[in-house]
Amino acid sequence: MLLDVRNLVQRFGTTTVLDGLALQTGDVRALVLVGPSGGGKSTLLRILAGLDVPVAGSVAFDGEPLPRDEPALREYRRTVGTVFQAYNLFPHLTAMENLLLPLMHVHGLTDRDARARVREPLERFSLADHAHKRPAELSGGQKQRIAILRALVVQPKRLFLDEPTSALDPEMTAEVLEMIGELKDLGTQFVLVTHEMGFARRVADEVAFVGDGRVLANGSPGEVIDGSDVPRVRSFFARILS
Amino acid sequence: MPRWLAHIIVVAVFASLIALAFSRVDYVWNWAGVWEYRQKFLQGFGVTVALSLASLVASTLIGIVAAVLLGSKNVMLEAVGRVYVELIRGTPLLVQLLLGFYVVASAVGLENRYVVGVLVLALFSGAYMAEIFRGGLAAIPQTQRDSARAIGLTPWQSLRLVILPQAVRLVLPAVAGQFVSLIKDSSLLSVIAVSEFTLAAQEVNSFTYSTLESYLPLAAGYLLLTLPLSALSRVLERRYRYEA
Repeated sequence: MLLDVRNLVQRFGTTTVLDGLALQTGDVRALVLVGPSGGGKSTLLRILAGLDVPVAGSVAFDGEPLPRDEPALREYRRTVGTVFQAYNLFPHLTAMENLLLPLMHVHGLTDRDARARVREPLERFSLADHAHKRPAELSGGQKQRIAILRALVVQPKRLFLDEPTSALDPEMTAEVLEMIGELKDLGTQFVLVTHEMGFARRVADEVAFVGDGRVLANGSPGEVIDGSDVPRVRSFFARILS
Repeated sequence: MPRWLAHIIVVAVFASLIALAFSRVDYVWNWAGVWEYRQKFLQGFGVTVALSLASLVASTLIGIVAAVLLGSKNVMLEAVGRVYVELIRGTPLLVQLLLGFYVVASAVGLENRYVVGVLVLALFSGAYMAEIFRGGLAAIPQTQRDSARAIGLTPWQSLRLVILPQAVRLVLPAVAGQFVSLIKDSSLLSVIAVSEFTLAAQEVNSFTYSTLESYLPLAAGYLLLTLPLSALSRVLERRYRYEA
């Protein structure tokens, strides 16, 4: 995917969260957004995912601009997948029903076709034994992996993952990151917001450092994480990687 | 000890205390006099059941509309909902019934006291229902709405498939509790001369001068209606319990 973001502005009340943010990437499969909390990473991701409309500016994926009106944005959201930090799953439905819901109610598959569609991915990610459980009976890692599967089984053009491991303990974090790593090997495109720098370095084709509502540095993981000459970026990594 | 046994023991102890109290005041029972009027009790009981059911349905509808008003982004609509809820919850049902029947209903030419009674009771209970519904909807976390939007559901699908199924489970116990209150509150309709259960007891009392024999069956009759509802409320609470 080629991402082209220009002059993006987002405000909540009187707070300016994105302040003329710009980002042009090469043709990447995995783009990772890093940076300090409150710097605008999640706000940017929500706009990229078609969940929020910016006050000003433009976003285009592969030359196609994102729409600004809600019906067109809903159509756009149906072609991508989004996973949040936590509470993605619907607690009144089993894991299986969570997976089937978008397939049947948004993409018009029959119950039989939808079940056929999710069988193989459930097996591949060792979740088949948990399909009959409600979210309350699943571990945090299992919940997030089911949530990623739910985004995946509709065969989206790309995934948006907003800190998918920040509510998990280290073991479950590893389990979810491993799944995301596998997805990349399978050819899935995604934009990931994360604080896991080791994983970012390994999985990212490009890293963008978002701080103070702008992209302060972007490029290969090595360029941004290890070799940035921007003081704000350099001091951030010096502090968290020491 | 099983729970049902504990309940029986507590009820037995309580009943003994009451019996003891009666034995101390040397109350002379006159059940025969009251038994003559059993038909009146049954009729009153039937009217109370019918009034409660009608008010229950109407108050649920009113509660839904008012909850929508309370959640409205339009400040005028929100104000209508808020003023309605606060006025109703802050004033006695007795006053509402008298005003509703002798002023509002008379002004619009509505003379059927049963209809007026049901309407006032439904408006009264609807204010509490509105807060219950609003609370239930507000308790669904924003991430659920975000997730519903993220998978491409329309607002209506999101409400039908994601928000309402969760909200309904959350509010069912409180709604059942509100129905219990509504049934007991219907006893106040006696002040506008609706021949329901309580008025029947009052009349029997005035005919027989046997106060306790007239009012004890009244208590038993209300318990007959409210206990199953309370039990249902607890069952629902257990069945739909899960963490988010």
